[in-house]
Amino acid sequence: MTELLEPRAMGQGLVRRDGVAKVRGTATYAFETPAERPAHCALVQATVARGRVTAIDTAAAEALDGVLAVVTVFTAERLASVEDAELAALQTAEVAFRGQVVGLVLAETSETAREAADLVEVTYDEQPHDSELRADRDDLYTPEKVNPGFETDTAEGDVAAAMATAHATVDHTYSTATYHNNPLEPHATTALWDPAGDGFLTLWDSTQGVHPSRATVCQVLGLPQDHVQVVAPHVGGGFGSKGTPHVNVVLAAMAARVLPGRAVKLALTRQQMFSLAGYRTPTIQHVQVAADAEGRLSAIAIDVVEQTSKVKEFAEQTGVPTRMMYASPNRRTTHRLAALDLPVNSWMRAPGECPGMFGPEVALDELAHDLGIDPVELRIRNEPEVDPETGKPWSSRHLVECLREGAERFGWTGRDPRPGVRREGGWLVGTGVASSVYPTMRMADSTALIRFEAGRYAVEIGAADIGTGTWTTLPQIAADALDVPVDDVEVRIGDTRYPIASVAGGSSGLNTWGSAVVEAARAFRGEYGTDPADGDEMETGVDQAAQDEDHAAYAFGAQFVEARVDADTGEIRVPRHLGVFAAGRIVNPRTARSQFVGAMTMGLSMALHENSLLDPRSGHVVNHDLAEYHISVNADVGDLQAHWLDEHDPWVNAMGTKGIGEIGITGAAAAVANAVWHATGVRVRDLPITLDALLPSLP
Amino acid sequence: MDAEISLRVDGQAHRLTVDTRTTLLDAMRERLGVTSPKKGCDHGQCGACTVLLDGERQLPCLALAVAHDGAEITTADGLAPPGELHPVQQAFLDQDAFQCGYCTPGQVCSAVAVLDEVARGWPSHASTDLTADPELDHDEVSERMSGNLCRCAAYVNIVPAVQQAGGRS
Ligand code: FES
Ligand code: FES
Repeated sequence: MTELLEPRAMGQGLVRRDGVAKVRGTATYAFETPAERPAHCALVQATVARGRVTAIDTAAAEALDGVLAVVTVFTAERLASVEDAELAALQTAEVAFRGQVVGLVLAETSETAREAADLVEVTYDEQPHDSELRADRDDLYTPEKVNPGFETDTAEGDVAAAMATAHATVDHTYSTATYHNNPLEPHATTALWDPAGDGFLTLWDSTQGVHPSRATVCQVLGLPQDHVQVVAPHVGGGFGSKGTPHVNVVLAAMAARVLPGRAVKLALTRQQMFSLAGYRTPTIQHVQVAADAEGRLSAIAIDVVEQTSKVKEFAEQTGVPTRMMYASPNRRTTHRLAALDLPVNSWMRAPGECPGMFGPEVALDELAHDLGIDPVELRIRNEPEVDPETGKPWSSRHLVECLREGAERFGWTGRDPRPGVRREGGWLVGTGVASSVYPTMRMADSTALIRFEAGRYAVEIGAADIGTGTWTTLPQIAADALDVPVDDVEVRIGDTRYPIASVAGGSSGLNTWGSAVVEAARAFRGEYGTDPADGDEMETGVDQAAQDEDHAAYAFGAQFVEARVDADTGEIRVPRHLGVFAAGRIVNPRTARSQFVGAMTMGLSMALHENSLLDPRSGHVVNHDLAEYHISVNADVGDLQAHWLDEHDPWVNAMGTKGIGEIGITGAAAAVANAVWHATGVRVRDLPITLDALLPSLP
Repeated sequence: MDAEISLRVDGQAHRLTVDTRTTLLDAMRERLGVTSPKKGCDHGQCGACTVLLDGERQLPCLALAVAHDGAEITTADGLAPPGELHPVQQAFLDQDAFQCGYCTPGQVCSAVAVLDEVARGWPSHASTDLTADPELDHDEVSERMSGNLCRCAAYVNIVPAVQQAGGRS
């Protein structure tokens, strides 16, 4: 147990420190890094889904005025490590997916670079490809682990026996679509290779973690860590897609080495982000639930089928939340993968929990209806006293309180459970609920340095602000740890010149970096007391992952949605959406609220709008831009509210924070689906819910 | 083919040579170093590049620079002198109407234009009466701001920010 830091600056809704620069547009993102006469890089991508490049004719491209270099799979430098096939840029003539990079062009201007890339003539020996996910494929396989290291399958008791004897059962297949992270800032890098001595590479990169990014780049290029600097003061969103370096970073570094001493700029186009920057696998979820007449679960099971790229395995942990969410003596979770000739899928906001809180949370709604039990009450009746998976006590778990407070705020009480019976004007009206969950993650390896400088405290750590508010919240933690006013603290982040920091991922950023800052502050005070001399400094690391092992630590929440469906057209609107979360201490209510509502909106977007449509004939996402890949816009969002409980958890870390970037997207789509069912009586089990699924059966 | 043009960006005059294929957005970002307008899609689909072009909100990623010789452009950075903020910018700060900030300069420029369009009595798809003066209610604002995508989804804060700047709290 840690002694929780007393909140003074923490808990205040301070305005973002980078706010003025952002509302003026003067905050500098990776591509915008000022550089003398930068060269522009454009990519040549494979137009077949599988095969082999037999020839590349670069003559026309090279003849173009302003072209500086053309590099192809046949001419590129050999990389030190090709272990990670996604990052082995231009190392093989084999094409593993459509859109794979087979060449790059460097030119004086971006216009010339793109024209030259178009002029590069690639000849392929095309081979048949396989890009269709189906649950009935006979070649599904069992991965060794699921992301980031969970057991692939778990089983306890006998689900089949419980299903056979239960008072009520639900047994259905649910599915979620393919989603692309699509941060608004496309992945971009400004790269500079200084050839002096053994060479030094600087990457101004759009990344969720400068140190993890540097480590990967060093490994791939065979460079020592002290010969590479990664800088990312501002990042235009990531949602997981900038959490691990993708091939664009390696390409930018290789391009820079072609033009020593000259900065090179490489930004993916929006279209390229659909094949090169990761995505969330579609999932097919077979869910089984069994219960007695009072709604007490006797079994819960989820069998997941999803996909991975043949190039690199990524097994999304979709079944994992079912292992711990509700009490049930019989339980089973499995994951099976189809390996396809497709781009590499990877992290997207709440991998596992996000899709995994769809099927089961809709199944519970179906069970509640079958049993005539209120869906809020059904969840409360299945509250586990300890973590069902590990038997460990909870560090804190306030799901029931979230459900109760949410029901109260939303006006749930007295809800008519019958579906498809409320009409207001031409609208069918309904409400739905679902739970949210996200594990409190702990990362190893974060170190903070605190220095007393000119009467103020400078805190240095290579942390990231991807919109989460780190520039503002880390000073709040430091101020409380040092017991000084927050204005006396200056934080420096987003650069590998500062001490090592973990990735802004798994909602673990502030948990981990904040812990390092608290450790450093305590050590600083221990060494120098409250009256330090100018220049006194202390650098202290924390292995947050090695902290408390005895508790199951999760944040919980409950989301309530009102859906309206046009009785004639099937158009779906969500005028009200309310979430209540128990996510530990909230460091800054202003920025925290933005994270909650942002993630809830992304959940709404997943429920109704987002859908990457893969054409299995071409292995290509056909709607690969923002006109065709729909995300929720301003007019799609109504009265959307996020609230939270004042939760004190002494087990998670010195601040008592649990991480809030991802929980809001979990359960949101299920709450929408449940509300749409309540409005119409039509149960849609496949996302996104579109009007064509409703129209044939509207009352 | 190259062409020489003049642009006034945020009050500053520039004479520059552009490729005839250069968009107004790339002319600013890659030739002039004016990076307040962001590039989110380059296809007129996201609104991140929104600027005020001769007083109206426009998408410079969809405009060729050579076709705008002599244009007067205001970016989010030109809405107020250094050290000061335009009321819309202040409202975005007050309401935390952004997270990563990448859509924000475009949102801000759009919001400035929205307030102007409303003041001029222009109706929108959300207006119930096409001849009455539009109110800055939620539906009017969210409709008019829907050409600016925000993947961080700060929408519920953007609407009150625009209302605040428009004098309706
Ligand atoms: S960059 Fe111009 S609209 Fe997206
Ligand atoms: S603030 Fe990130 S996209 Fe709008």
